[in-house]
Amino acid sequence: MTSVTDAPENPLPFGRSRSRRAGSGRAIGWLRANLFSSIPSTAISLLLIFLLAKACVSLVQWGYWNAIWTVPGNQTSACRAIRGVGACWAVIPEKYRFILFGTYPFDQQWRPALAILTFIALFFLSSRQRWWRKELVFVWVAALVVIGLLMWGGIFGLPFVSQDRWGGLPVTLILATFGLAFGFPLGIVVALGRRSKLPAIRSLCVLYVELIRGVPLISLLFMASVMFPLFMPDGVNIDKLLRAQIAFVLYAGAYLAEVMRGGLQAVPRGQHEAADALGLSYWQKNGLIILPQAIRHVIPPLVNTFLAFFKDTSLVLIIGIFDLLTTAKTAIIDPAWQSFSVEVYMFVGSIYFAFCFAISRYSRRLEAQGKSA
Amino acid sequence: MTTSTPEPARRKRLPISLSKERLAGLFWQIVVVGIAIAVFAWLWSNAVHNLSARRISTGFAFLGREAGMPIADAWLAYSPQNTYLRAFIVGIVNTLRVAVIGIVLATVLGTMIGIARLSSNWLLSRLAAVYVEVLRDLPLLLQLLFWYVLMQGLPAARAAWMPIDGVYLSNRGLVLPSIPIGEGNLWVIGTAAAGLIALYALRRRLIARQLLDGQPRPLWHYGLVLAVGLPALVSWSLGVSWTITLPELRGFNFVGGLTLTPEYFALLVALVTYTSAFIAEIVRSGIQAVPRGQWDAAMALGLRRSFVLQHIVMPQALRVIIPPMTSQYLNLIKNSSLAVAVGYQDIVSIANTTLNQTGQAIESIALIMLVFLTISLGISLFMNWYNARVALVER
Repeated sequence: MTSVTDAPENPLPFGRSRSRRAGSGRAIGWLRANLFSSIPSTAISLLLIFLLAKACVSLVQWGYWNAIWTVPGNQTSACRAIRGVGACWAVIPEKYRFILFGTYPFDQQWRPALAILTFIALFFLSSRQRWWRKELVFVWVAALVVIGLLMWGGIFGLPFVSQDRWGGLPVTLILATFGLAFGFPLGIVVALGRRSKLPAIRSLCVLYVELIRGVPLISLLFMASVMFPLFMPDGVNIDKLLRAQIAFVLYAGAYLAEVMRGGLQAVPRGQHEAADALGLSYWQKNGLIILPQAIRHVIPPLVNTFLAFFKDTSLVLIIGIFDLLTTAKTAIIDPAWQSFSVEVYMFVGSIYFAFCFAISRYSRRLEAQGKSA
Repeated sequence: MTTSTPEPARRKRLPISLSKERLAGLFWQIVVVGIAIAVFAWLWSNAVHNLSARRISTGFAFLGREAGMPIADAWLAYSPQNTYLRAFIVGIVNTLRVAVIGIVLATVLGTMIGIARLSSNWLLSRLAAVYVEVLRDLPLLLQLLFWYVLMQGLPAARAAWMPIDGVYLSNRGLVLPSIPIGEGNLWVIGTAAAGLIALYALRRRLIARQLLDGQPRPLWHYGLVLAVGLPALVSWSLGVSWTITLPELRGFNFVGGLTLTPEYFALLVALVTYTSAFIAEIVRSGIQAVPRGQWDAAMALGLRRSFVLQHIVMPQALRVIIPPMTSQYLNLIKNSSLAVAVGYQDIVSIANTTLNQTGQAIESIALIMLVFLTISLGISLFMNWYNARVALVER
């Protein structure tokens, strides 16, 4: 809770002075200092307490007291009777397998579940500073290969499952993570190109970055789903998910190039000069001296960019790829459950929130560490 | 003679080492550009081949054809018999309509929440923090679908909610009282705008003169004449009516007033709340970036609080706020393309329909890109100009 309850360090001098350490056993003193310090402040506090209490009561009434948790079979008439008065959480146990895994073969769904766990383990490992070494690259390659094997199968006695049956949370995680994994090297190359002394290379890189950043992601996804087949020779048919993944990599590459450029700019010029004086070549200089320092600088913005990608993957709904949001939207097409979208969106929203909140907390901690270092 | 000996040696070595480097650079540039051109040529030849196989003619001639596409929520006169060009223009207006209003509302709401986040009232600052955290950690598309579902769940027009007299909220959208705008009204608004511009120019001159002799020159009576008196005079002489029409329920829908469709309203609410969470953080960090000593010093001089905020703190905070704010505005405009998910017909949605009807994929997507690049460039130029105005003048 620290990040949410973190008090602003430098409050405006509005109202009276506030005492921050009045909490030691003296609740009344704390209340007077932080809620009722002046007449306007008291009015605001009372109003907010009133509104908050009202909202809480109606939320608990809707979501708990009046809610229905299970229904027999697909008989949702009881649910429909209390629509607007109480929530129908029965839709979640009924549909959660479809929302999480899409149309993946039912008896094989432990495989995407294991893939999700692999992703979480990978994220957790990458967040440990002890692990920020070159070996992490191999860990990523290994993890992504394992995820591919789990999802596709076809060996070790696992039946093959083609991409058009994938769906739900694994697809969201795949789009975001592979976008980052391939977009990052692309971003590094483009960022170096943008700082190059060679005008043709520099302008190519600027053109790429500005074009991608200037247009909405949706138009890139449309391009991937409609225009891409036009640009391929006859007979070449690339799967829809892969096309969206390519669009994501190109999109990620442009944004990560900008992040990386910031990191490169933060490396002092003396480092360049020293590397030149040692007679290192361009690639030696960048690979051994400049990039290792630049990447350290960009880790916090990199995490924020990943958070944005994670949320942006939901846009594939518009081109009909079954990510987490699309499966949720599809689950409530079923006539029996049609009117319970709010419950389903809240369920999916809590999954998105769990991932995004963890990432944003982590990024804030990194930033705080960077400041204190 | 002794001094001339190193000269030829240096002359020899320098050009060689330079030209070697240059040659390598030239070589790499030719290679990279060559590869880029080759890839594009290959893609283009494939596209030409595929398009001719599908009997789709390239070019923008289709813009002159009849669109046959209904647009429910158009501000310009439009019917399905109009051309694709007209449909695209309606789409651009729809995009701008949601983007401009969204930017204004998000800025206001975001600033309020950013200041609330810094309030000395614990509850207020905590609630603002929760607002920011929750909205930033959910995908915008999910929020948009959520708002849209809530809109659809509202009561029918007959049982519409009426929070304030004349404002109705129902599953038909939000209906507001409005003033019918005719030609006369536009004249009056134009006069008022011209008056405000003149007032601004006058203010600059008066301040310049005040800097010379130190005499403050009041502005308000000029303002009264230019911004209020003149428009009122025009309004009176043209006999313009400013009566407010209240919406009325007739049958199943509302007549009169200004209707915001559920699609538009859901999109606007989603964009405004989502962007305001980001703006709140920007405003908060901007204000916190102003050292507290600035407040203390200004207060010690006996200046009024509003004066301190307006003339001492805000100008310094703006320098920190404006660059990230620009990118939030650009994000909001790009995010407005999510309209297609709820069926609000913005430029992306109309281009998508066109693409499905005519198969002109390359042209439609090129038009989307052109529109967004133009808007983005416009906003960037304006914000850069504004940023240059508020930037610190270092001596």
